[in-house]
Amino acid sequence: MSTDREVLDHLAASFPAPSTTESDLLADRLAAEAERAGLLDLAYRTVDSPVGPLLVAATTEGLVRVAFDSEDHAAVLASLADEVSPRILRSGRRTDAVARQLDEYFTGHRRSFDLPLDLRLVRGFRHTVISQLPSIAYGTTASYAAVARAAGNPAAVRAVGSACAHNPVPLVVPCHRVIRSDGTLGQYRGGSEAKATLLTLEQEAGVSAR
Amino acid sequence: MKPFEEVVAEHGPMVLRVCRAVVGPDDADDAWSETFLAAMRAYPDLRPESNVRGWLVTIGHRKCIDIFRKRSRTPDPVADVSGVVAREGIPDPVDTDLRAALDALPPKQRAAVVYHHVGGLPYAEVGAVIDSSEAAARRSAADGIAKLRHTYARGTPS
Repeated sequence: MSTDREVLDHLAASFPAPSTTESDLLADRLAAEAERAGLLDLAYRTVDSPVGPLLVAATTEGLVRVAFDSEDHAAVLASLADEVSPRILRSGRRTDAVARQLDEYFTGHRRSFDLPLDLRLVRGFRHTVISQLPSIAYGTTASYAAVARAAGNPAAVRAVGSACAHNPVPLVVPCHRVIRSDGTLGQYRGGSEAKATLLTLEQEAGVSAR
Repeated sequence: MKPFEEVVAEHGPMVLRVCRAVVGPDDADDAWSETFLAAMRAYPDLRPESNVRGWLVTIGHRKCIDIFRKRSRTPDPVADVSGVVAREGIPDPVDTDLRAALDALPPKQRAAVVYHHVGGLPYAEVGAVIDSSEAAARRSAADGIAKLRHTYARGTPS
């Protein structure tokens, strides 16, 4: 080994990029240590589902966001970094319960979610609307007008529509059960096809359970 | 501001290579974890125009210094083990001659060599990390490489 070039080549070859396994182990350790140190403001994971991959993100308070693939998960994480905190890591621990309950829901074994929610992304009247939605029973639907009445503002039908369209925790807070008075489905954050899939799933699971 | 996860994904591999080259395989994971934990703590206050790569290497540099200090206080019980160092059953890919040659470098030269040639930092950034001018960082790295060439070449079959 006689030239600088050979020394440099050997140096570069001696410290190669870590393997995916090595990187994953270190990332897991970092997430665990950050959680212990109180630095993990947001933990997220993705969950496979019949309506496509779902991003689920939780603060120390509870579930703060469920996002469909069509929303672009990278863009959703970027906006969470701005609106909540940039201290975000992929981590299973905090999102275990939501992942399990979503699995149970999609296999027809769960009718309501039992999870702490963090609704900091919802303000004002929208908060009132979102808080009403869990009372719409599994397998049933309510109209935007009925939800407006229940929220104490019968004239606010459009505002109910927009609260549902911006629900940060769809599926878990069942805005898919709110439809138009004429029976058509109306809009949905995950697309109207996903809305139809969910309502069909709930009807079929509801029938087979009877 | 990017999610911190993206910072880890983008710069984590480079920081690990640098930690392995500076402190060796046994302490590199600790150095890496402490670096990113400290970075995550300070991240929300990082100015948007900051150079994230240089910022991370600066934190890593301090964590590696901490590890060297800790070592000098507690004698290493396996310091005199000769031959290939095994870690979790995987042989150390770095041959012991290169490791010994890196360990024998003066700290500033080792830092300059590693941050530039392993980490890929330009000399201006290396200088900012090790508290030197760009020219002095360049000189430290050149001196370090020359020393590696001499010490390391002796033990290596050609």
